[in-house]
Formats: sequence, structure tokens, C-alpha cells
Amino acid sequence: MSLTHLQRLEAESIHIMREVVSEAEKPVMLYSIGKDSAVMLHLAKKAFYPSPPPFPLLHVDTTWKFKAMYDLREKSAADAGMELLVHQNPEAEEMGVNPFDHGPLHTDMWKTQGLKQALDKYGFDAAFGGARRDEEKSRAKERIFSFRTASHGWDPKSQRPELWNIYNAKKKKGESIRVFPLSNWTELDIWQYIHLENIEIVPLYFSAVRPTFEYEGGLFMADDLERLERVMGKRPEITERSIRFRTLGCFPLTGAVESEAATLPEIIQEMLLTTTSERQGRVIDKDSGDASMEKKKQEGYF
Amino acid sequence: MPENANDPIYQTDALIAEDIDAYLEKHQHKTMLRFITCGSVDDGKSTLIGRLLYDSKMIFEDQLAALESDSKRVGTQGQEIDFALLVDGLAAEREQGITIDVAYRFFATENRKFIVADCPGHEQYTRNMVTGASTADLACILIDARKGVLVQTKRHSFLCHQLGIKNLVLAVNKMDLIDYDQKKYDAIIADYAHFAESIGIESFTAIPISGLAGDNITSPSDNTGWYDGPTLMEHLEAVEVRSDANLAHPFRMPVQWVNRPNLDFRGFSGLISSGSVKPGDTVRSLPSGKTSTVKSVVTMGGDLEEGVAGQSVTITLDDEIDCSRGDVLAAADSPPEVADQFESTIVWMDEDPLVVGRAYWMKLGTQMVSVTVAEPKFEIDVNTMEHLAAKTLHLNQIGVAEITTDKRIVFDPYTENRALGGFILIDKITNHTVGAGMLHFSLRRAQNVHWQAVDITRDDHAAMKNQKPRVLWFTGLSGSGKSTIANEVEKKLAIMNRHTFLLDGDNVRHGLNKDLGFTETDRIENIRRIGEVAKLMTDAGLIVLTAFISPFRADRQLVRDMMGEGEFIEIHVDTPLEVAEQRDVKGLYKKARAGELKNFTGIDSPYEEPESPEIRVNTVAMSPEEAADYIIKQILPLK
Repeated sequence: MSLTHLQRLEAESIHIMREVVSEAEKPVMLYSIGKDSAVMLHLAKKAFYPSPPPFPLLHVDTTWKFKAMYDLREKSAADAGMELLVHQNPEAEEMGVNPFDHGPLHTDMWKTQGLKQALDKYGFDAAFGGARRDEEKSRAKERIFSFRTASHGWDPKSQRPELWNIYNAKKKKGESIRVFPLSNWTELDIWQYIHLENIEIVPLYFSAVRPTFEYEGGLFMADDLERLERVMGKRPEITERSIRFRTLGCFPLTGAVESEAATLPEIIQEMLLTTTSERQGRVIDKDSGDASMEKKKQEGYF
Repeated sequence: MPENANDPIYQTDALIAEDIDAYLEKHQHKTMLRFITCGSVDDGKSTLIGRLLYDSKMIFEDQLAALESDSKRVGTQGQEIDFALLVDGLAAEREQGITIDVAYRFFATENRKFIVADCPGHEQYTRNMVTGASTADLACILIDARKGVLVQTKRHSFLCHQLGIKNLVLAVNKMDLIDYDQKKYDAIIADYAHFAESIGIESFTAIPISGLAGDNITSPSDNTGWYDGPTLMEHLEAVEVRSDANLAHPFRMPVQWVNRPNLDFRGFSGLISSGSVKPGDTVRSLPSGKTSTVKSVVTMGGDLEEGVAGQSVTITLDDEIDCSRGDVLAAADSPPEVADQFESTIVWMDEDPLVVGRAYWMKLGTQMVSVTVAEPKFEIDVNTMEHLAAKTLHLNQIGVAEITTDKRIVFDPYTENRALGGFILIDKITNHTVGAGMLHFSLRRAQNVHWQAVDITRDDHAAMKNQKPRVLWFTGLSGSGKSTIANEVEKKLAIMNRHTFLLDGDNVRHGLNKDLGFTETDRIENIRRIGEVAKLMTDAGLIVLTAFISPFRADRQLVRDMMGEGEFIEIHVDTPLEVAEQRDVKGLYKKARAGELKNFTGIDSPYEEPESPEIRVNTVAMSPEEAADYIIKQILPLK
């Protein structure tokens, strides 16, 4: 019997999670409610079954996620029997940081700084993240166990070699590890696995007729019209369109695509036939040219 | 569209559009092959990988647009697409135009998913190549057809062979630049075959290709009519995956985690590294050697009829045998060995060289133990395969050495089972992964020296003396007052009817350690022997006092690790260098300053202060008498 590639990927991810739980003092799983998070959470349930995963879920919230995401967040944590921690950066809240007025500062304050605050607050020394190596060029060299200094910095030169499936989780007090159990999965693998294992994902990945508006050349969904109007200073012009999302983030930062794909096979079909890569819909990669993600990682972005 | 979209391997588009369910069914059953590509910048490695990604449609339109503009801006192919730009990741590398780390790429064909470890080829990146090779089922070694077999070709082949890669592909690249000349190609193959045989490579597959022109990558080339072997892609799709090969070996599963949700369930979670396991099988837990019967192979999707190599499972047993993380569950009739001394190949991966005799952490499977490495038997020149004499190993050097672990570990020779034969070495202070190794075999003496069970135990010895054994380890600069204070403490203990012994430079250097000098290696061995003697004395129930500079944290840690919990009391005799130098009781600082004494601690050799000693005495503020009283107060009660 030959294992399929998905069976091998699953076994590898489970192995990684068990190593972390055995060697770290206080692990946590970062949960962004997207499809990769959904797969990661599912794998965690498998890794420790019949025990519940022995760590909490942490959502670093920007307050700008889609409503449907918040709904699934509560349900998924409850289904898994896991504690859900939600952190919102109080400074960002006070300053009213939002994607329209503050541009890159929005991501920095809510996500990058918010994540650092949350890890420090709870004293987590290992955090699972759902990043994949196929997402972006600088990720291709990311280790599965990625070390961060006490100030959460990432130095590409000081990363440890990873041989076989032996991971070195030794660290000094204050240092932490980001662990990426989905490193070797591709976008297609993720979708295929969701399909095979029947994993619940946010309905926004499936097409439906939704209220949309255009902004700076992109197509967005009006998830909370009152709030949009408040920060944009005017009510955007709303058109009903059949849309879906290829990736989910903050609703004013995540571009929608017009689509009729309403089932998983249709989504996969559309993805395979499409000609733009996944991150295209996200504004984050483009703000400082070529090496944008590498720079963000050095600053502590996940 | 790639030019060879009509190639059968890539005729998937039609299926995706017409019958997505059929496509998914097909994709779901793909196998996975991990391979490494080795070659230097000029061999066209990045171009080849870029071509594989491009041909298997792993490049989207936006990436292609970026690639086209980048190619014109910084590419090396004029107005043509420079595939290499697709795979050179980090900003630093793109600027320098070289690959400096291992990058992992993904592509898939109709039958397989591939993970490619893209590794740099320069000698200074041996570490990266070894890392990439450690997980590979196959190695693709690139040769520039114009240059033939070079030193680097030999180096790459040797390293892949050392890491146990059985499937070697010799991709003779840039055939277009030698006009697809069969004679030249044959000469290269003959040359390589001769070399391969000399280092024990049993077989390899040679393929004439051009990464740039696309010859024999995915479809047979008209330019090489004389070649009737597989294309590179056909070969990659056909070779056996290692985890399948592992299935034929006896069952092994290193235990990662004990799964205990409630009192009714106790399971052992791990990744099956070889063989298979079924309910009813008799398994042995190592190192204890106890046997039991498998009750169930548990997964969330339901219990399995059989768990196989490569799967992560949880195993429950019929009876409650003692088994925890680090232990190995194995086929009862062919268990792995258990030993504590080995011969091994070691690849050094850190800027700081190997320190012979120093204790490092060793992680093998899920076992974490303390290990020391002996002086290498030899270093292997990775370019000539010559065996050279060596005192240590530096970054990117590879050698063979004996190693000793502080307790017995479960292992298989690396050639039989990577999972129980491959290990990493971790520096105890910096926590860096400093080396990687492969176990060859256990040394006979480890198998034959058994601990003699004694009737009078160490507890009996201690009880007779009415005390708890301890090691009072005084550390500090030369002239700090270690011996003076230790002497005072011993006098006070004697008055209290305690049985003690003081080890210091005079009674150790003149006898036990008279063969040792003052090099770093000798100083470590000096401390190790003192530690062993102190340990024997605590076994005899004594309170041992030692007074040595012992400047290195790692060495003090080594001794601490030998002792029982709470028995090692580190006492930092804290005297500033200026004060010690001013005292200069033996005139040594003066000599060191004059250059007459080498490796003198504090002058031209570092003193690493204890980070959290049990006791610290400040000799500027306290007299030796006061310091001794303070220490006694700290270690009371002694029973």
C-alpha cells in the first residue's frame, strides 16, 4: 500500500504538532479563521484524538473581519473543545486605526503589534501558524520551526538547519518559535483536503450574490455598510454581484472575485483554470515592491 | 501555454474543465516524491527548476508577467525568460545573484506531487546540501555538458551518498551547447561511472537534457535520437518512494507523546518510521525490552486494520507497560539495538568548531540525551574523498568519530533506518543546531560493559555517614580564593562530623590528570575526569569539594548533569579580574600579561560566569572565613 501525497502531508503535520506539544512549555495555535486555519485546526484534532488539542486557539483580531468569520470562529473552537482567546490591540482601538485612513499602519498595528502583545501577554513560547511555502517567494526558505528573538524579530541568517524530521525546539527564556505545520502543503492540497475531509469553512469562499462596491480598482464586499460609510466619509455605491473570496482577511483589504463557483469542486476547478496567484487579491504583498513579505517577517509579522 | 501542453503528462486542463470530480479523484491518489537538485550557479539548476515549475503550470499569469519584466530588467537571458528568477527567493540572494539557503518548491504532474529541495552547490554550503538531502528520496545532480565531471560533481555525489540517497540522477545539462554530441556525453558518463564505483555508489541514471531548451525534460527530444532512456520527468514519476521501501523493514515507531484523555484510555502516539502494525501483533518497548500485544491502532477517522510506515497513529496495548516519550515501539522479534557508544559520521554546521569532549544535546528520533564526541578518527576531504587527520571539525567539514551518550539509546544503523540512525547535535548554551550525524554501529565495549549490581547501595553509604552526598563546586578566576575558601569550608564541615574530601589542582593535576595539558580539549577532559571522580565519591556517600577555575559553562553543566537532582551546588567565587590580578598570589597574571603563559583564563582565554549559581560569594566584601560561614549556612541541613 502506497500512501497518497495527502496522507503523507497529514502525517507530517501531525508529527510536527506532537513534537511541539512535547517540547514547548506553552504552545498556542494562531487561528485566522481562513481555509488554512481550518485545515490546521482539523489536523490538530486528529493529532491528539481522542484527547482535545492540548493548547488554546488565539485569534489576533483587527475588528475588521467579515461577520461570517466571527460566527465560524466561535463555532469551530466550541466543536474542537478548545479555549478561544481573542486579542485586539488596545492602542489601535484607541487610535481608531482602519484600513482606509491608515494604509500599511492598519496591518502593522492590528496584526504585527497585536500578535506580539498577545504572545507576550500570555507568555506563549510556541505558536502554530498556517503559512505555506508555496504562498510567496521568501516563504520558500522559511523553516518549519522558525525562531524569534525575545522582541519577536526574525533573522534569516540565524535560522537553524532542519534535518530529517528532527526539530530543535531548545530556546532561551523569552525566545519563541513560530511553527508552520502546513509548510509543505500547496493551495490545491488545502482545497482537496477540505473537500475530502469535509471540513467546515467560512461560507464566503463559496459564491453567492452579495452587496459589493468598487474601490481603487478592486472589488470589495460591503459587509458592514454603516461602518464603511463612517470611515470612508461617504456611502459607497453598492451593486449586487455574484462573488466569492479566494482568501479572507479584513473585509476592506480583501478583494472579491466575480464567480459562480458554489461548491468545493467548482472552487477547485476555478482555481485550477484561473490565471492569477492567490495573494493577488491581497494588498499586503505589494506595498513595498519585491521583498515586501521578507521585510514584514523581519519586523515580526507572522 | 507551455510549448508542450500537448504532452500526455500535462493533458489535465481538459479534464479539469469537463469533469472536475474525475480530476479530483485522480489528484487524490497521487503519491509524493521529495528530491534534491545539486549543482552550482553555472550548471543551470535554477533554470531547470524554473522550467519544471513552468512546464507543470505552477506559474500563474501574474507571476509570469512579473517574471517577464524581471527577466528584461535583471535577467541573464537577454530578452528571453530567465527561469532562474522564479526560484531565487530572498532579497539578499537576488541582489548577489546566488542561492544561499535551501528553498523548497512544489509542483505536480498527473501521478505525483513533488517537493524539490533547491540547494546551493558551493563548498561553503555543504551544510545546506546535507539538510536538503536528509529528506530526499532522489538526488538530481547537474553537470554542465561542456565541463564534464568536476570536483563539485564529486562532492555533491559523495554527500548524497553519505546521506543514504539511493536514487541518483546524473542530469547532463546544456546539451544544446555541445550540439547534442553523443560521444562527448558517453565520455562524461564513463568518467562519472568510474568515480561513482570508487565511492560505493551502486547505480545511477544518466539523462542528457537542456533546461533552457527543454530537451528530455518532459518530452523526448528529437535532438538526442541516440538516447532511448526516460525523460527526466518520466524518471521522477517512476522511481520508488522511500517510505514505500521502508514498509519492507521491521516495525518501528518512536513514541512522541502519551495520549491519556481519561483513566480508560492510554495510547502511544507517533509516526511509524518503518514496517507495519496490526491489532494482535506482539511489540517490544525499548529500551526496557518489555513486550505487549497491540490492542488497537487509533486515528480520528476510526481504528485502522493496519498502520503502515509514514502514518501518524496512536497505538493502544493490552497491558499497561511502562512506555513514554523517547521510547521506541518495535516488532518484538526484530527489535533495534540499545547502546551508549557508537561510531558515527558527523557533519559540522556551526561557525564555532566542534569541541572534543564537550557535552552537547543529541536528538535522535524523539530521544534527547547528552553526548560527547571523541577526537575524530579522520576528516573526509569532500572534494577528493581523502581521509585526513583531524583534531576537530569546522563548519562544513565532515568526519568520522566515536560518540558516547550519557544514557543508553535505542537505535538502528543509519543505512537501515534513517529515523533511528540520524541525529542532530545541539549546543547546550546557544541552543543552535551545530551538527548532524549518522550512526554506523555501536562499539563492542558499550555492549559488554554491564553495570555491576551492588548490594551496598549509594543510599546505604550515605546513611552510614549520616549525611546527604553533595558536590560543592567552587568556580572562579585564578587568585579568586577558591582553594582558600574551600579549605575553610572543609575544616568547618569536619568540625561538624561530616565526611568530606577536597579535590584541587594539586592532588589532581599531579596524578590522575598528569597526562593533560592546557589546550581547550585537555581542559575539558580535566574537568570531565574530576566530575567522574566526584561522582564516585558521592556514590561512596561523601561531601566533595572541588576548587578549579572551570571557566566554561558547558563543562560545568556536563558535571551537573552527571549528578543527582540537588546534589550539585555551584559556588561562584566572584572576584573582579582587577582584584584577582592585583593579588596575583602565584605571579601567574604577570607571566600571562608578558605572554609567557598561553590560554590564561581572564587574559587570553574567557571566563564564562555562572548564570544562576546556587551560591555566589563576593570576596571583595567578605573575608574567606565569612564566605565559608555563609556557604555552610546555605547548604544546611546536610542530612
